[in-house]
Parts: sequence; C-alpha cells; structure tokens
Amino acid sequence: MKRKKLTRGNTIRRSTRRWFPLFLGPVVAAFVIGFIWPFIQGIYLSFCQFKLIKDAKPLGLDNLFGNYLRAFKDASFTHAFWYTAMYAVVSLVLINVLAFAVAYALTQSIKGSNIFRTVFFMPNLIGGIVLGYIWSMIFDGILSRFSTSIVLESKYGFWGLIILMCWQQIGYMMIIYIAGLQAVPEDMLEAARIDGASKSQTLFRVTIPNVMPSITICMFLSLTNGFKLFDQNLALTAGKPIITQPGGTMIKTTEMLALNIYTTYYNSNINAHGTAQAKAVIFFILVAGLGLAQLAYTRKKEVQQ
Amino acid sequence: MKGLASERRNKMILSIILSVICIIYVLPVLAVLINSFKLNTFVKTDTFAIPLPGSEMWAGVDNFVKGMTFGEYPFWDSVKYSVIITVLSTALILVGTSMAAWYIARVNSLFCKILYFLCVFSMVVPFQMVMFTLSNTADQLKLNTPWTIPVVYLGFGAGLAIFMFVGFVKSIPLEIEEAAAIDGCGPVRTFFMVVVPMLKPTMISVGILEIMWVWNDYLLPYLVLDLEKYRTITIHIQYLKGSYGTVDLGATTALILLSIIPVIVFYLTCQKHIIKGVAAGAVKG
Repeated sequence: MKRKKLTRGNTIRRSTRRWFPLFLGPVVAAFVIGFIWPFIQGIYLSFCQFKLIKDAKPLGLDNLFGNYLRAFKDASFTHAFWYTAMYAVVSLVLINVLAFAVAYALTQSIKGSNIFRTVFFMPNLIGGIVLGYIWSMIFDGILSRFSTSIVLESKYGFWGLIILMCWQQIGYMMIIYIAGLQAVPEDMLEAARIDGASKSQTLFRVTIPNVMPSITICMFLSLTNGFKLFDQNLALTAGKPIITQPGGTMIKTTEMLALNIYTTYYNSNINAHGTAQAKAVIFFILVAGLGLAQLAYTRKKEVQQ
Repeated sequence: MKGLASERRNKMILSIILSVICIIYVLPVLAVLINSFKLNTFVKTDTFAIPLPGSEMWAGVDNFVKGMTFGEYPFWDSVKYSVIITVLSTALILVGTSMAAWYIARVNSLFCKILYFLCVFSMVVPFQMVMFTLSNTADQLKLNTPWTIPVVYLGFGAGLAIFMFVGFVKSIPLEIEEAAAIDGCGPVRTFFMVVVPMLKPTMISVGILEIMWVWNDYLLPYLVLDLEKYRTITIHIQYLKGSYGTVDLGATTALILLSIIPVIVFYLTCQKHIIKGVAAGAVKG
C-alpha cells in the first residue's frame, strides 16, 4: 500500500523536475522582486531611521521600538484606527443585511431577476478612484443646496463613504449569497412546507442555517475590505475636514488606516518614514490576522465536507 | 387558490420594489452622463438638472474636447498606457502562474511547498506593508515603465492566481498526463497541449480578476511608474481632481464617462464569466 502511494505520479514528477527554470523561474524571480524582498526590507526598515532607503540606519538597542512607540502615540493613527473599525463594523452589517435581502428576493423566481442581478453587480467593475469622484459630485450636488459640502463635516464623509461602499459591494456579496441560496437542498424546503412551516420560519430555521458558510465568508470579506479601504477614501474626502487638537496635532477626521500610513510617509519629519513603516507593519498584522482567521475557517469547512 | 393569488401579488410587490432599487442604482451613472454635457459652472449648483440642447447649461461636446488635453497630460496617452499595462500584466500573470502552479502541484517538492505557503501568505498582506520598499526596488530595477511594470504585477499578484490554479490542477486526474507521457510527450508539450486546454475555465476566472484589478488599480502604478511620462486613466483622473486648485468639473466628468464606458461594455459582453470569476475568487480568497 505504501509503495503504491510512493510511485503515484512519479513519472510526471521525475521528468518535470528538471524543467524548474522554465516553469518556476520567472514567477519566483518576480515574486522575490514584487513581494518577498520588499516585505523583508519593510520589516527591517520599521526598526530604522531613514530619509532614503539606501541611507537607513537601524535604531539603537535602547530605542529599538521607537518607531512603533511613535506610531501608537500618534493621535492621528489611533483616530484612524477607531474610525476604520467603526466604518468596518457599520458597513459589514449594512452591506450583508442588504445583500442577503436582495439575494433572497432574487431567488424567489421573479421575472427579470437576471436584469436586476446585472444592474446590482455593475458598480463592482468601476474603480475606487472613479467611484469616489462620481459620489463626491453627487453628494456635493445635494449638500450644496444646504450650502455645505462633503468635505466640511466628518459625519457627511462617514455616511457618504458607507453609501458609496454599499452601492459598490452589495452586488458582490449578493452573488455569493445567491450561490449559497441556490445550494440549499430543495427537499429540505419541501419538507418544511409539508410540515406547515411559515415563510419566515423556513427562512430562519432552514435557509439561513444552510447558507451560514456564505454568510461567514461575506462577513470576513467585508471586514477585511473595510480595513484595507484606500482609493474610495482618498477620492471621496481625502481625510477632510481637518481639526487641530489643543496640543497642536492635526487630525484628519475622515482618514482611514491605509490613508494615514500613506500620508505619514510624506510628512517632512525626520522620523516620518520609519514611523510610517512601523504603522504599515501594525496594519499588516491586523489585516493578516483577519485574513488568516478566514482561511482557517474555510479550510475547516472544506475538511468537513 | 387564495394562497396562490396572494403569492402572485407578493411577487408583484417584490418586483416593483426591486425595480425601484434598480433605478436608484443606475442614477449615479446617469448623473455622470448628464453632467458630462453640462457647462462647468452648473455641475456643482445644478447637479441633477438635465442639460437640454440649446439651454444655458448645454455644453455639447466641449467638455470632451477640452478633456482630451487639459491637466497638462494628453488623455489618450493615459488610455494607451492603461490598455498596455492591463493586457501585458494579465497575459504575463496567466502564463507565468499557470505554469508555476502546475509545477508546484505535480512536483510537490519541499521548495514547492514553501513557495505555495508564501503565495497563500502574500494574499493576506495589504499593499501598504510593501508599498514604499516595492516602489523603491521597482525604481532601481527600471520597472517603472508600462512595458516592465507587469513584472511587479506578476510578483505582487502571483499569490491569488497560483492559489486558484493549484486548487484546480489538483482536481485533474493524473492519468491523462501519464497517458501523454507514455505516448512520448515531454513536460513542456504535456503542459501546453494537455493541461492548458483543461485549465481554460480557471484561466478565464483568473484573467477577469486580474483585468479588474490592474485596470482599476491606483496606488501601485502611482508609486511605481515614472509619472512625468506615464500615467494610467485612474492616475490621470486623480491628478485632475486632486492637485489642481480650479477644477473643471465638466471636463473631468466627461473623462470619467469616457473611462467607464469601456468597463460597462466589457461587463455587458462577458457578464457571465465575470460574475463566475469574481465568485470563484471570493470564495477561495
């Protein structure tokens, strides 16, 4: 038995192996240039002081975590964190509830459901920068009647971004929910109907438990998307309005984490680059944690099936 | 009987609600359409008014004509570079990662396992983590032109593509390739003549995801490209609205319209593949 396992696919393996340079070479080279080297260098630089990367000087042992301490002490960074977290949670709830409702409606064999699906998914094709400008035009068109603008009040910026992202993401999540809903076994629904279950009972007791995997995937996706958001944030408000705190620190009230890292880097401060890179590492740990939790979850599901 | 009638009525109501949402959904695109024909000064004050030909708001095609050259950068150049970058990057990613994924799945040595692990890992790393160092490295290696930036896209985008391809290759029965080998087919021919045709559905899914990513990407080309010479459409639009004090809203809106027309045409023609590809990428990623 064991010997048989060993010989499986050996012919292919042996003959393919020496073609390493052709099959793996280009991807490995690009992967090192485009990911591995920048990643390692990024971690290293988060412990350095530098203006240009080639002149980077490691921080002394007594101050090894200086960049990280500066990052955590930076009021604009903590503000961006809470702002991002709040945005991510609100958008997660709204997008998923609405997307599920639309998907549920579209699987009720309604006429023209294909047209509806086409229209709802369409905003996904438009890039974040362009989306941001389309909506800033619309919001300013409305708000100018009240002689204000989306960049003048942070609550407009927040809800504006939520509306924009709902418009973009509902269609995306809807597609995943439709796939999940179509996979609910017909005989289970039939059984519920015969047993006299009402429509809402069927929905909450049969349908929703069956699409739980889709719900989890969509929740993770909207959470990580929310944390990583950059283009739409930049194009809609770019962090405006800005307030100055008593201590003299400026806080961009609608700035999210990704944008905060970006703007920190172009600060003129001598420690700006190092601090920005430390923020990027913190950001990476946060986002990767969410992503790995999702992967682990989907893996577990695959094993169960 | 009564239940059936009420069921039908419920479906009618549902259809009407969905139609209303549908119209609301299209409105932002319509707003872009009407404002691209409106004189600059009216875009902000009368955003939702329809500019009838001959009315005081009507700008005709002036916005489009002005949009071609304004912002000190020719719009058509940015279209050209967007197309070049998207086509080259997608082609390079499809060829490179499908070959690598087949090798990884079939040879499965320790090195392959490590590489595969790193690919999965790279999928959860946000771009901000590597953006400064990546743009610096790309600059040094002269990867800052539309013809060389695909290497950066291959490097940073390899993760998801390899993940999707490996998943599919593992589901292909080995016997087919073994039969080809027995018939005297070398690995290169086996891959291109036997494996690639079977990979076609995954190729389409991956291709769609990459096209959507690269075409709409802003920060990566913005940091990597030599902006004096090369700009993509997205960068061009960001420059127009971002850094100039007096923005010509009419002309910018006209350019936004021009930039979303190809996207919508692409979507309407390959809709089925796009939705399938996106769903595949989401569930696995």
